[in-house]
Amino acid sequence: MKFLCIQCDHIMAFAERQLPGDGTLAAVFECSACGRDIAMLTNPMETQLVSSMGIEIGGRTVPEQPMELVRGNLEGARQDAFVEEEPPAPVRPGRVEWTPDAVDRLGRVPSFVRGMVKRIYTDYARERGIDRMTPEVMDTARSDLGLEGM
Amino acid sequence: MRKIRTYHEVESQTGDLLVDQIRGQRQRLESRLAGIRSLIAVGSGKGGVGKSLVTANLAAALAGEGCSVGALDADLNGPSLARMLGASGERLVDGAEGVVPAPAACGVRVMSMELLQNDADAPLRWRAPSGDGFLWQSSIETGAVREFLSDVAWGELDFLLMDLPPGTDKMDRIFQLLPGLGTLLLVTTPSEMSRRVVARAARLAREQGIPQVGLVANMTEYVCPCCGHSDPLFPGDGVTRLAGATGLEIWSRIPFDPRLGEGSDRGVPAVIAGGDSPGARAFRALAGRLADLGRTGKEDGR
Repeated sequence: MKFLCIQCDHIMAFAERQLPGDGTLAAVFECSACGRDIAMLTNPMETQLVSSMGIEIGGRTVPEQPMELVRGNLEGARQDAFVEEEPPAPVRPGRVEWTPDAVDRLGRVPSFVRGMVKRIYTDYARERGIDRMTPEVMDTARSDLGLEGM
Repeated sequence: MRKIRTYHEVESQTGDLLVDQIRGQRQRLESRLAGIRSLIAVGSGKGGVGKSLVTANLAAALAGEGCSVGALDADLNGPSLARMLGASGERLVDGAEGVVPAPAACGVRVMSMELLQNDADAPLRWRAPSGDGFLWQSSIETGAVREFLSDVAWGELDFLLMDLPPGTDKMDRIFQLLPGLGTLLLVTTPSEMSRRVVARAARLAREQGIPQVGLVANMTEYVCPCCGHSDPLFPGDGVTRLAGATGLEIWSRIPFDPRLGEGSDRGVPAVIAGGDSPGARAFRALAGRLADLGRTGKEDGR
């Protein structure tokens, strides 16, 4: 799927994604030549059709996580199905320390997806040289990565 | 009328938003399977012929031969491999390289939908807007099998056995997911009904160009545990007719053996339960054949 600015004959680039409500997903595309932007709106059925292929409209903001399709869509999931891997004994370079508040917030994420969510936040912090994970960093990451609901 | 360029004429610096993601999925799958020396699918097309029992016992028998073995339960709607291999209730580790499969009998590593569901007896349901689930259900289930293959840290394996769901439509989707599939075991019983359905699966395998396809005839006969006398369980020999009609070789004949069922129910496959029953012997012989083929690298074109 590509969006073409007909006036400029220029490919439009993905700019942002929003969930404005009622199950709508909005993907905004922008023409870098004239600055015109458009929003592609999809209803829940259209969104589900695409996401059932393990695909994100507008492209991925984070790499695909292990079994994210199953974890994100299975009903009646066994909440203790996954345990986190024990961290290796020596502290890895770029280690991110989780504050108690951040741990508390992470604890409210269903355990079926908690490990996956923790990895996404940790990678976000590590890539930006952030060594302390706080609720504020989580908020910023959620906004930057379009992770509403995490 | 304005002339609008075609999709392929328009170059995008960010690539194709959807196709690139699908290509990425394909690359992850290929990368994961590169560590697996031999991928063997166990299917039939028909339900209730003993595919899972064959998969579980064969996995345990191959592990008993000293091979490193994984068992993937692709039957999402009727998962049974974890239970048959004694891995029910095991938890999966969220590892750095992917989801670590559950340890099961004889060191076999297993992945099954049963390990992910809260109620093992509940029908499989996917979260989605209400109604019209038929539109995306097959897509999401194929995606789930893809994730079982590519997102599970199988490690280096001699064999990955894949228990396929019933239905040639589902087999076809999984074959398309696995263009490098080298070996298919088609499980059948001597019944006429089974013969007809498995003949369809055999044709599908031929159309998909799977290089090695062998028939596994299950429940061929009953062997008296007292005197050793055997009698066929079904009238006629549909398996021989099937082999003749499809040109496939019968790789194994598994007799009806109550100890196979008992072992599966207890999570201890009969081949490792210590018994020397006719069923266990048949599985060991089949495992020996596959292990020999594996050593010579002939059973898998990948």
